[in-house]
Amino acid sequence: MAKRLRIRNHRVVLNRSKGGDTGITILLFILGIFMFLPMWYLIITAFKPLGERNITPPLLYVIKPTLQNFIDLFSNMNSTWVPISRYIFNTVIISVAATFGCLVLGSLTAYSLSKIKFPGRNWMFSVIRYSLMISSTITGITNFFIFVWLGWLNTYWISIVPVWASTLGLYLMKQFIDASVSDEMIEAARIDGAGELRIYWQIVMPLVKPAWLTLLVTTFQTVWNAGASVYVWSEQLKTFNSAITTISTVSVGASSAGSLVMLSVPVIIFIINQAKIVETMGSSGMKD
Amino acid sequence: MTNAEAQKDVLPQNERQNKPMTKARYTRIQMKRNWQGYVMVAPFLLLFFAFTVVPVVLSILLSFTSFNMLEFPELKGLANYVQLFLADDLFITAFSNTIMFAITTGPASFILSFVVAWFINELSPRMRALVTIIFYAPSISGTAYTVFAIFFQGDIYGYVNGWLLRMGLINEAIPFFKDTRYIVPLCIVVALWTSLGTGFLSNIAGLQGVDHSLYEAGAIDGVKNRWQEAWYITLPQMRSILLFGAVMSITQAFGFGAIVNTLCGNPSTDYVAWTLQHHLTEYMTVRFEYGYASAIAVVLFFIMMAANLLVQKFLSKVGQ
Repeated sequence: MAKRLRIRNHRVVLNRSKGGDTGITILLFILGIFMFLPMWYLIITAFKPLGERNITPPLLYVIKPTLQNFIDLFSNMNSTWVPISRYIFNTVIISVAATFGCLVLGSLTAYSLSKIKFPGRNWMFSVIRYSLMISSTITGITNFFIFVWLGWLNTYWISIVPVWASTLGLYLMKQFIDASVSDEMIEAARIDGAGELRIYWQIVMPLVKPAWLTLLVTTFQTVWNAGASVYVWSEQLKTFNSAITTISTVSVGASSAGSLVMLSVPVIIFIINQAKIVETMGSSGMKD
Repeated sequence: MTNAEAQKDVLPQNERQNKPMTKARYTRIQMKRNWQGYVMVAPFLLLFFAFTVVPVVLSILLSFTSFNMLEFPELKGLANYVQLFLADDLFITAFSNTIMFAITTGPASFILSFVVAWFINELSPRMRALVTIIFYAPSISGTAYTVFAIFFQGDIYGYVNGWLLRMGLINEAIPFFKDTRYIVPLCIVVALWTSLGTGFLSNIAGLQGVDHSLYEAGAIDGVKNRWQEAWYITLPQMRSILLFGAVMSITQAFGFGAIVNTLCGNPSTDYVAWTLQHHLTEYMTVRFEYGYASAIAVVLFFIMMAANLLVQKFLSKVGQ
């Protein structure tokens, strides 16, 4: 007997019961609240005046929103011996330098591994792929020796240079170039006399804009959120993240304002680039 | 194209002689032709070796020695490993805690990131973008998870305690992050909250990329509901993306220490949340026994590799 077909967006809906749809929506809604509630709480705490923060149990809304916490964060904290602007400056310098280097090296390497057929490239890429499977805890000890040897203890370099060698962005870019730039096009450019650097810069990079934007955003997020390195002890060189940890022991208001500043930067950058990032992730698959 | 023609095509002008083409000769010619490739990967590779490959190899070597940075490493054979597994009770605690955290948060975050992506796949594009941000934001918001410390604050001013007291379910405040019964489950919840990262995004993209005609073909061939569709069509199509997501989940599941440190203090009460990461940091930054710390790193390395291989095996069975 013929079943009645459900239509959504001018398309026949296959294999979807109404009960299932409702159940999934409810489940998604509950999960969504679990994910969003802490965020919401963080956002409103940053705008709560002192009196409202001490109500028990804390309210999930603000009665009289205030910017006092932000003023505290930027003015009062300046009276301590390292101003908050210095921490923000450090974080920005480190994030920008680390991200820029990672973008240059990562994209150059991704292009060569994908399109220049030199012997040994498959082997190199599989080492890079395996490196995604280990965490930085494992390499931490010996990295310390290398920092000592290079004389980098207590400098910016410690937070910048190792990021240039990070592999996640490179991996995503290589997969994306493999999937979206054809070998024939590169071959044609070579026959027309373009050098490798020119092909990389004028042909491949414009074509894989989503991929390098993704590399940019993911690297920036990681560096921006990185806590204080154990090997940096000068207060003048520490990051915003470590400043917030310190402030949280003094003033809850200022620290929640700081956390909000801290989290809004990567989240806003993600929102702007969301479509491009999701597009890039489509080719992230690993063959076994 | 015949074989001879193919050779002609490959060889540069001056080398087009009648020498037999061996594999080694072919490789050498290719290396010469594509020398620019080596130049372009060299800077990255140099850094990658210095900060990833060399550290792993060096850690393995150092793990057989006793080393304190002041004197030259002294060879000790397997003594570090023997001590780890037979004489170091705290290591055994750390080892089992790490495994326990990994097998709870790893699969849970992996499944969550697929299931949520699968749920939101059918929303309208604008709605999907919004929900994606709600779920993804915690993983990129750095220290935001410290908000759980306020939610579960140990005194009567905490949110959860406040409500429980008001409803009369408890008589006095529960010190959540100090009580051994609550530390581990709470840390797992917080870890899951922050865990929908890169793998989640790649699942969303992967689901969008599945060919719609496969679903139509499936419906004609007798797929009856969304669960069958997911198992027989979506999951097999997504296999390579799932593998990437699994690698991300595993790496995350073993790097658990920061959350515990921030919320429960270091060390946590009775070492209930003491992981290999903590143990390693302790021997490295407090006791300066680098050989011993390296042995811990090597153990962690092999656990992670084993977990990855196991998951790859398992995922190759999906949809069969």
